[in-house]
Amino acid sequence: MKKLLSLFLLLLSVNVFASGGVDLQEADIDLGDKVSLQRGAKHFVTYCLGCHSAKQIRYLRIAKDLGLDEKHVLKDIAPEGAGIYEQLHSAMNKHDAEKWFGTQPPDLSLIARSRGADWLYSYLKGFYVDKNRPFGVNNAIFEDVGMPNPLWQLQGEQQPIFEVNGEKRVLEKLISSSAGTQSPEEFDRTVNDLVNFLVYVGEPVQLERQEMGKYVIFYLLMFLVISYFLKKEYWKDVH
Amino acid sequence: MNLKPTRLRMCGNWILERFPLAQVWNEHMAHYYAPKNFNFWYFFGSLALLVLVNQFVTGILLTMNYKPDAKLAFDSVEYIMRDVSWGWLVRYMHSTGASAFFIVIYLHMFRGLLYGSFKQPRELIWIFGMLLFVALMAEAFMGYLLPWGQMSYWGAQVIISLFSAIPVIGDDLSLWIRGDYVISDATLNRFFAFHVIAVPLVLVLLVFMHIVALHEVGSNNPDGVDIKKSKDPWGHPVDGIPFHPYYTVKDVVGVAVFLLFFATVIFYMPEMGGYFLEHANFIPADPMKTPEHIAPVWYFTPFYSILRAIPDKFAGVIGMGGSIVVLFLLPWLDRGKVKSIRYRGGIYKKALMLFVISFIALGYLGTQPVTPLATIMARIFTAIYFGFFLLMPIYTRWEKLKPVPNHLTMQPTLEERIPEMIAVFNEVIETQSVTTEDGETVSKTRFNPTGAKNVLVRTAKNLKESLD
Amino acid sequence: MIDETVDKSKRQFLTTALTVVGAVGTGYLAIPFLSQMQPSVKAMAAGAPVEVDISKIEPGQLIRVAWRGKPVWVLQRSPEVLATLTTLDNKLSDPQSNQSSQPDSSKNPVRSMKPEIFVAVGLCTHLGCSPTFRPEVAPHDLGVEWQGGFFCPCHGSWFDLAGRVYKGVPAPTNLEVPPYRYVTDTQIIIGEAAEEKIA
Repeated sequence: MKKLLSLFLLLLSVNVFASGGVDLQEADIDLGDKVSLQRGAKHFVTYCLGCHSAKQIRYLRIAKDLGLDEKHVLKDIAPEGAGIYEQLHSAMNKHDAEKWFGTQPPDLSLIARSRGADWLYSYLKGFYVDKNRPFGVNNAIFEDVGMPNPLWQLQGEQQPIFEVNGEKRVLEKLISSSAGTQSPEEFDRTVNDLVNFLVYVGEPVQLERQEMGKYVIFYLLMFLVISYFLKKEYWKDVH
Repeated sequence: MNLKPTRLRMCGNWILERFPLAQVWNEHMAHYYAPKNFNFWYFFGSLALLVLVNQFVTGILLTMNYKPDAKLAFDSVEYIMRDVSWGWLVRYMHSTGASAFFIVIYLHMFRGLLYGSFKQPRELIWIFGMLLFVALMAEAFMGYLLPWGQMSYWGAQVIISLFSAIPVIGDDLSLWIRGDYVISDATLNRFFAFHVIAVPLVLVLLVFMHIVALHEVGSNNPDGVDIKKSKDPWGHPVDGIPFHPYYTVKDVVGVAVFLLFFATVIFYMPEMGGYFLEHANFIPADPMKTPEHIAPVWYFTPFYSILRAIPDKFAGVIGMGGSIVVLFLLPWLDRGKVKSIRYRGGIYKKALMLFVISFIALGYLGTQPVTPLATIMARIFTAIYFGFFLLMPIYTRWEKLKPVPNHLTMQPTLEERIPEMIAVFNEVIETQSVTTEDGETVSKTRFNPTGAKNVLVRTAKNLKESLD
Repeated sequence: MIDETVDKSKRQFLTTALTVVGAVGTGYLAIPFLSQMQPSVKAMAAGAPVEVDISKIEPGQLIRVAWRGKPVWVLQRSPEVLATLTTLDNKLSDPQSNQSSQPDSSKNPVRSMKPEIFVAVGLCTHLGCSPTFRPEVAPHDLGVEWQGGFFCPCHGSWFDLAGRVYKGVPAPTNLEVPPYRYVTDTQIIIGEAAEEKIA
């Protein structure tokens, strides 16, 4: 009985995962932009694949969809020793992951479908300095997240500005406190490419699906017109 | 060249002499006389059959690659989406088909409420239909566990826990259904068996009985007039037309329109903003962590809202169950002497309108997190939902009925209404010829407030009249 | 009810048109449904070429590797075995491998690129059982005729050590030789064709 009750409470509870005082920023997703996806793939392997896998997609598929040569993908994008048919497995083993992070970093194959592109974009840009956290950073979108900022060298550091509201501290905005190797514009592009790639990985067939939809709908319209005239012809009998 | 058709015909005759194919065809298609005034609402029966076939075909294909195993299920769905050629299409057809099924069925049931299709002598058709609805809900619920995402897992956990609310046997019953202390591999495996074999067999059997029962008494129609009362010298109903070819060609048009919507969803919005495929279901099931906000899939939300609206656990379960049970009782709750809403009194029209509003509102509230205001709203709408049915024996007696014609009436079709619609459009949007500085005459369109006001007043008057 | 002035030809035309369009649509819909039963990318991944190190194989030894899920044999043949192979032609049903399946580079009496290394798919061409490797000459159970080869336990087909089928057994053709090529002298890749010399 108690178990059930607590389950219901969980069920009924409001989104406890509120995103503080910072609104989501809009990512510019364009799956037709192959160059952006290629850059994103490279960034993913460089900055994410160390800890996170994307086990639902193979290098072969990336090569095909991103218009790249298989050899090029293996040489320039995939980590050394990966085969073209292999999925994007992380090099980190389970044991190390639990020792370092206390949990296994989630697989990112479908992260864009569960979180959405804007969330990912804002999250990756939302790390700020917080001395109380194990990795020295916190996140404006995902409070107390157990993940370091993989892109800090590119972005530099951000300091939070809090609005003190009685006892509550509400995060108002982030300001850059030290410059990274990339300018803010370059960094935005890097994050956007990465998110673009993650959206692609979430559903690689997306572009093909939309392309195909046109033909199907055109066909069905044709079918509709003919069937309509046939119906009209037959129904002349009915007074 | 002359020989071949004869041989083919001989082959055909050989079969026909041994199998009553022609009889079945005639009885249910070519010589089945249906009322000639079926309108928009009469498309959804055949569309439901179409969706059922779609679910069967795509479902069979999915089982070829799906693995009913807690360790493999989630990945096998993604495997279908990525590695199996065209697997994504088959999967989207199946997932969209599930939602389409409920849309079609809800509209089909609403048709019954509009035109009294559940009333004497069609009570049994309604009962079979309701059994189909319950079987369909079971099918959908068990199918939803199979992708083994977070929503699959926790949704099933909650719904199965409902059974534990039953006094005395509840806890043992829910344990027996799960086959484990929590939702687990055992549950997944048995739900798979039910979803792909047991329930589909029941569905087919019920569809068969639903249609046999329908063809025994004949179809109702928007006028609720019995077409068998007046027959021509050959014994055919004067107001009836053979189902084939007239309604087959008409239904094909309906199918084409339906498929246009269906394809648009599949190719452009397969998630339907998180309603057809919920976002949290893209995270593999994790028995240690409940998602921040769980909502059932949209088609269960009205009933789920009723469950949440009632502050006592057991009463909540009873309320939810009762909201479906009352539907079974409908043929005996409604005491109105007339079938079609066209000739029923204003009170039924108002009651039905309130019911539809509360059903949709409950559905919406079921997708939202609970707030005190939402709970109050849900309680009000729950009361209306039950009021519609339980007060029916009383308010349907007071109805002021309108005279029912002896023959079917033909309403203007959509096409015939086009001039009327153009007239209304012209009343609201004025077109004026203006001469510009260059001396050219340009026609300008302008919104006409008085025209719009007139149209609104007229619509309101018509609505009020029809509700009286 | 049926009007005498019905334009039958128009009706017929529309019916035919709709049937044809509908049939075309159903045909297109059948493509995804049927091709979803084709091997998936996962199956193709399992069918990727495999590298085999042949330096450790001793004369007379046979190793098995999986390629596309099938057993592929790599056999190191001694000079004596190669000598025996040349004497068998009149007992074989297709000694020149004219009816059998192999890459051009292996279409020779010993059915291999280099005579001492024999590569073949280890599935009988009769009904797909995997024959057993019986290199010994005239063993007790197979009789004095046996010169060493592969014996299929399912239906008793005989193959010599070049995978060539004997006369009078159920198997129709010689064992299939898969495409393979030498990367180095001690390394072969099964599943990739040798560069063909274009004549």
